[in-house]
Amino acid sequence: MKGLSMPDWAEFIIANYNYWGVAVLMMIGLYAIIAKNNLVKKIIGMNIFQVAIILFYITIATKLEATIPIIRHGHGHGAHAAGIQAAGYMNPLPQVLMLTAIVVSVATLGVALALAVSIYQRYDTLEEDEILEQLKAEELRQV
Amino acid sequence: MILQLPALIIIVPLLAALGVIIAGWLRNALCFPAALAALLVTLLSAILVMGQVMHDGALIYRLGGWEPPWGISFYIDHLNGVILILVSLVALINLIATRSVVAQVFKNRLGAFYSLYLLFATGLLGIVITGDAFNLYVLLEIASLSGYALLGMGGGRARLASLHYVFMGTIGASLYLLGIGYLYIVTGSLNMLDLAALLPTVEKVSLIHVSFILCLVGLFIKMALFPLHAWLPNAYAQAPNPSASLIAPLTTKVMLYVMIRMVLTVYRPDLAFNRLPIGSLIVWLAVAAIIAGSLLAYKQTRLRRMLACIIVVEVGYMVGGFWLGNAAGMTGALLHLLNDAMMTLCIFLAAGAIATRVHADTIAGLQGLFRKMPFTMAAFVVGALAIIGVPPTCGFFSKWYLLNGGIEAGHFGFTAALIISSLVNILIFFKVMEVAYFEPFENHHHHSNGQFIQEAPLDMVVPLLATAGFLIAMGIYAHSLVTGFIEPVISPLMMGSL
Repeated sequence: MKGLSMPDWAEFIIANYNYWGVAVLMMIGLYAIIAKNNLVKKIIGMNIFQVAIILFYITIATKLEATIPIIRHGHGHGAHAAGIQAAGYMNPLPQVLMLTAIVVSVATLGVALALAVSIYQRYDTLEEDEILEQLKAEELRQV
Repeated sequence: MILQLPALIIIVPLLAALGVIIAGWLRNALCFPAALAALLVTLLSAILVMGQVMHDGALIYRLGGWEPPWGISFYIDHLNGVILILVSLVALINLIATRSVVAQVFKNRLGAFYSLYLLFATGLLGIVITGDAFNLYVLLEIASLSGYALLGMGGGRARLASLHYVFMGTIGASLYLLGIGYLYIVTGSLNMLDLAALLPTVEKVSLIHVSFILCLVGLFIKMALFPLHAWLPNAYAQAPNPSASLIAPLTTKVMLYVMIRMVLTVYRPDLAFNRLPIGSLIVWLAVAAIIAGSLLAYKQTRLRRMLACIIVVEVGYMVGGFWLGNAAGMTGALLHLLNDAMMTLCIFLAAGAIATRVHADTIAGLQGLFRKMPFTMAAFVVGALAIIGVPPTCGFFSKWYLLNGGIEAGHFGFTAALIISSLVNILIFFKVMEVAYFEPFENHHHHSNGQFIQEAPLDMVVPLLATAGFLIAMGIYAHSLVTGFIEPVISPLMMGSL
């Protein structure tokens, strides 16, 4: 038996794979924001970071052997009767919260892209180091 | 009507933000009066609500009549009541003071500008008034998103700086959201008062600690505490003046409020100060912020960048004072929160007024301004004295409390940092005043008659002088501010666990 069982750490990782997924996504996003030179890649990284947190909320709402939080035979067939068991449904609240968070992340993406577009129109590039060079030259000309 | 006042504080500027766009389609001239009316109503409601709180104690407003743990509720006590007044007052003064500049710079986009302005105010007021942790996140993003747009409208580096701010701000807000997620896992609730009641019964304490640290780091990014401050100087220094003088005084202060609310109401001081050994670490971070910010400010040759660096220093004062964990330190932090919003408004408005007449942003370009713009410079001096901490301006009293707090806690690093940064502030501001007072005005460009006095437009000078007056009045009435608004917040804590 001993030979077949997994080591503790492997079990820990597999049992919590959803949280590991969230953590990995977060780190990918953070890496892109910090390390990438292209502004659009940074924006993509930012969005991945936000999506990771949205997935975190979705994953804490799930239950074993539960279905989506829509009551079956909701109308007419005695919706208020004893037939409804809360344990059979996922927690709807985090999902509803994440609808709002998705709207927020889309709005953030929109603002970030709008800024990127206006930067591109002005400097004709989205590479950060090239923009900084142009900015420096601009500031030197002013002084 | 009186019962619905807390809702008005949010709904009036929110609806006005939409109304202003429509007004902008009809006629540009309608935008300013509409925004003015909305902020006046907001300020009035905030004052009336605060009066009610002073009379009856903390009040809970149920949005749509839903009972608190399920519905979203607004919670107003002494702590946020006074900050509501502060936010609406600063937004109102800045609106009036920047009218002519905005009309000039945003000619065809008045509707858009004022709409963003009101949305920003709505977001901040919402952050302050809400009693729901997730609702706070949404309002935080409303304020931030309109803030990014307002800051990004400037020239030069403004757009790139604003985009960097988007990245940092989003990471900060997302970490806060993650922290709230952990709270939801352990309690199943998002209402602040409900959370406060449920958290002591939670057995998995480590999850609460994780959530607390995540929230704190997120908020530290948002308030630009030292190692996480890099976005601030660029974003504020190159923004259009009317946006900078709105956002610079308010954003960091409101984020500080959120930190204080989270520590005092949600996680409870017992966890923050006794069970987690982070208080001293954060005070040292604040010390680093104060010293590094002062050096950074001293190095700057551009006026507005220098002022932006001073904000980093001020954040260090407040964070450090609060995390000292004693009555004097917390009183100092809260008093400084109120004072600093007004001081920052004063110097940024003065910088904006100077910018209407002097086009170079450098400190060296301020030659002879005392003679040319006496009223603007007088207000600037009052603001500078308040930041240095000279009595009778308000800055002295909050610094006094902070110093006492540092000495009482035996934290001499913080005490020394306060004194050093005050000295550096003296150097910085006297450098500016020396240039502006002693060096003669040189006229390179237009107006060959250099003697001609060109004060900033009257509608800019009057609010500016009013702000300077507030700085002195808040100093003179510092004692009543403390006993009226701050002691009701601090004294129950001191009776308890601390």
